[in-house]
Amino acid sequence: MTTWEAVWHLVSTGDAVLMGIISLSLYVSLTAVAIASLVGAPLGAALVLFSFPGRRMLVVLASSLMALPPVVVGLFVYLGLSRAGPLGSLGLLFTPTAMIIAQTILILPIIVALTREAVRPVYTEYAEFLRAVEARPLQRLRTVLWDARFAVITAVLAGFGRAIAEVGAVLIVGGNIAGVTRVMTTTIALETSRGNLELALALGLILIAIALSLNSLIHLAARIGARYQPSP
Amino acid sequence: MSVPSLRFKDVGLHLGGDWRLRGLSTVLPAGGITAVMGPNGSGKSLFLRLAMGVLSPDEGAVLWGAQRAADSRGARGFVFQRTPILRRSVFSNVAYPLQISGATKAEIRARVDHWLARANLTHKAQDPAARLSGGEAQRMALARALVRDPQVLLLDEPSASLDPRSTAALEHLIQEVAADGVKICLSSHDIGQAKRLSTDIVFLHEGQVAEQAEAQRFFASPQTEAACTYLEGRL
Repeated sequence: MTTWEAVWHLVSTGDAVLMGIISLSLYVSLTAVAIASLVGAPLGAALVLFSFPGRRMLVVLASSLMALPPVVVGLFVYLGLSRAGPLGSLGLLFTPTAMIIAQTILILPIIVALTREAVRPVYTEYAEFLRAVEARPLQRLRTVLWDARFAVITAVLAGFGRAIAEVGAVLIVGGNIAGVTRVMTTTIALETSRGNLELALALGLILIAIALSLNSLIHLAARIGARYQPSP
Repeated sequence: MSVPSLRFKDVGLHLGGDWRLRGLSTVLPAGGITAVMGPNGSGKSLFLRLAMGVLSPDEGAVLWGAQRAADSRGARGFVFQRTPILRRSVFSNVAYPLQISGATKAEIRARVDHWLARANLTHKAQDPAARLSGGEAQRMALARALVRDPQVLLLDEPSASLDPRSTAALEHLIQEVAADGVKICLSSHDIGQAKRLSTDIVFLHEGQVAEQAEAQRFFASPQTEAACTYLEGRL
């Protein structure tokens, strides 16, 4: 059996190890995206709508941390969760939860900053109207988030793209333990170094398929969003 | 429906380092259609925004009856010159003021259907509002401003960028609403429109009320030089 035949066999038969790794990857990244979106999208919108102490600092922080190196995040989460660290007693190191924490920290600034950019033009246009109809602060927040929804979806998908493709942080805090914390990217790194290219290639193809699907979804969101966008 | 009268008491508004309105005092009649006229920069849009309560004066007070304008915005509807179109369907745009007031679904459906029909937009209800023509968008904005049954409707150059047909349709709707007893205050550059619609005129010049009169009298014999030159098209 050639390498590519072996790859096809793994993918087409739904190999249990392969599926386990994919499931864990999706579970970790989707959970991180869900948490980061629930916190990050309202926070990004709040940075546009409301004035509060520390707002400018948060804006600068979110923009700066978008390019946060994953290994640095991994390192800090590791220090926090290691036995000697402040959260060591929780016993989370080398668990999927530790990986979720690391990925959430990584993608939160992306979702905050991109949501802020998405909401800003909408609020500029709506501000006076929302005052005129006496919309309360929470109603204003919900309105601009909903009306910027297609751009916010793009922000969330960008966050997911970053999370699912990430390797450094999850390797440090997850430990790459087979069947426990081994995800697609860490498996690819490990299996390639071992010369076991079949599994690495199969996972690589699936990652590419996920990236292509994400891009298609982003384009679809932009196309649907354009239907609701007033002409300048 | 009893409509409180609008009073500007020695109002001053400071914007961008300048006093844009200063010492402005007037009382608007409680009913009818008031046209706020004046050359560019005379303060028409600011006058309407103060009346709506979306701007607050730096001096003096703007009062609807005994209440400050900023404290009673819910009783008024406002249509902007450039209508903010919510990125939703036409139905959802018109429903929005009711939704944030906590109206029930049945109420919302009934009120929105009523106003969409009056604005001749029922067939567009589920379309994205961004796809409406300029005239349709302004009629939708009017329906949205009226959906909460305001006592007063403020219109800032509502037909500024519309073709004659769309303008006629909009004016027809405005006249119907005024006939229902809603007090209307609109700013307009269009002397023909002001003649067709208004019952009285507030003429602004350099941030002050230069003249105020019944429409017929104002157009027949303006009392100030500024109003004369404006009506002759030289201001």
